[in-house]
Amino acid sequence: MDWSWLPEYLPRFAEGLWLTLQLLFWSILIGMSMAIPIGLVQVTGPRPLAWLARIFTTVIRGTPLLIQLWLIYYGVGSLFPSIPGIRESFLWPVLRDAFPYAVLAFSLSVAGYEGEIMRGAFRGVPKGELEAARAIGMSPFQVLRRVWLPRALQNTFPTLTGEFILTLKATPLAATITVFEVYGIGSIVRQETYKIYEPLLFVAAIYLCLTGILVLGFRYLENRIPKQSRS
Amino acid sequence: MEHALELLALSPPGWGGNLLRGLWSTFQIAAGAYALGLALGLFGAFGKIYGGPVLRGALTVYTTVIRAVPELVLILLLYYLGTDLLNMALTSMGFERMDISGLWAGIYVIGFVQGAYSTEVLRGAFQAVPFGQIEAARAIGMSAFKSHWRIILPAMIPFALPGLANLWLIATKETALLAVVGFSELALETKQAAGATKAYFMFYMAAGGLYLMLSLVSTGVFALIERRSRRGQPTQS
Repeated sequence: MDWSWLPEYLPRFAEGLWLTLQLLFWSILIGMSMAIPIGLVQVTGPRPLAWLARIFTTVIRGTPLLIQLWLIYYGVGSLFPSIPGIRESFLWPVLRDAFPYAVLAFSLSVAGYEGEIMRGAFRGVPKGELEAARAIGMSPFQVLRRVWLPRALQNTFPTLTGEFILTLKATPLAATITVFEVYGIGSIVRQETYKIYEPLLFVAAIYLCLTGILVLGFRYLENRIPKQSRS
Repeated sequence: MEHALELLALSPPGWGGNLLRGLWSTFQIAAGAYALGLALGLFGAFGKIYGGPVLRGALTVYTTVIRAVPELVLILLLYYLGTDLLNMALTSMGFERMDISGLWAGIYVIGFVQGAYSTEVLRGAFQAVPFGQIEAARAIGMSAFKSHWRIILPAMIPFALPGLANLWLIATKETALLAVVGFSELALETKQAAGATKAYFMFYMAAGGLYLMLSLVSTGVFALIERRSRRGQPTQS
């Protein structure tokens, strides 16, 4: 084992780590906010929207993330340049960069998996609580905002750890579309130094640490959030 | 639209045949890896339950590390490690070095990863078997092996099936990662077809459709198996 390359590449790994964390944060944030309506319409209807949401979650969960990522980056991305005038527009710098495509693909994936969980969570809130909220004169929107959504989110909180870890483990895929996060930097090191094991082991150790921090952090948070009483 | 159909035609210059061949390799790799994963999982689960402190510790490291590190990193590490170890063993025994074919390498790396998840699923299923059944098997004088073979394993199946079905779906989707390493399966065939024809959108949609079909059929098959394995059990509410 020869680790003499490490000091030279450490700053680049720090940049890669920052990129990984950004990918993770935005994907979870956007994905979770999409998951809420996707879960909700499957419980409340209207029927066509419920069907659409159902198809969306089935397709997302039934195809590999790598294919979704490539479809969005190479497939959709290759359609943009054919639109006249787009190269001069303010959108072009965003459309040319690979990072937004990666965030979009990962967000859709989070939305698909977590949408399925939100569906169960909305359904799992006891009917009596919703009836009580309605009985004291809350409008449907108030019921959702004050009772239904908070109670559903409380139930999904334990699944959030898993979702974070799954998304973290998916982020290396972004390296295949030129987003050089931790794994991508590791590949660069492998190409430049002709070493096989050391960069891979270093990258694996970074992910191991990140997962450990996520698990411990969420355990701490979970202990602070009041547990729901099962009745 | 006609253009798309021409590109997807089964015989060259169409790429449909390549995609279907890719789907077949994907299925083979997934099936082999799944079987290997189940074997490792069975060993791992019983090792975690009955093993001594050393074996249990080793298995805990195995399941924790595999489940915490991205599959892409694991696939590369396991691939290099596997070929190196194999060639070291071969040369020390006086044989010539050899290259592992993509199929077997894929089965081995994905199977090794699947084993960690299978271990946890099977261990959970074992713990869900009512203890009275195990006691009853011992009470009528079954040996340890016989009670496992005849009572515990069959009783584990209904508890394990939902998790195992999920693992199969993960295995089929995980094979796509092998494209990054350069093994020929559906994702790589698609990438090559898309690159050659520049019809990126169409080919990735087609590949997505094939994967989706595989998932939907698998889900249906597992639902049938699950219904059959639950015969005679009280319906759960």
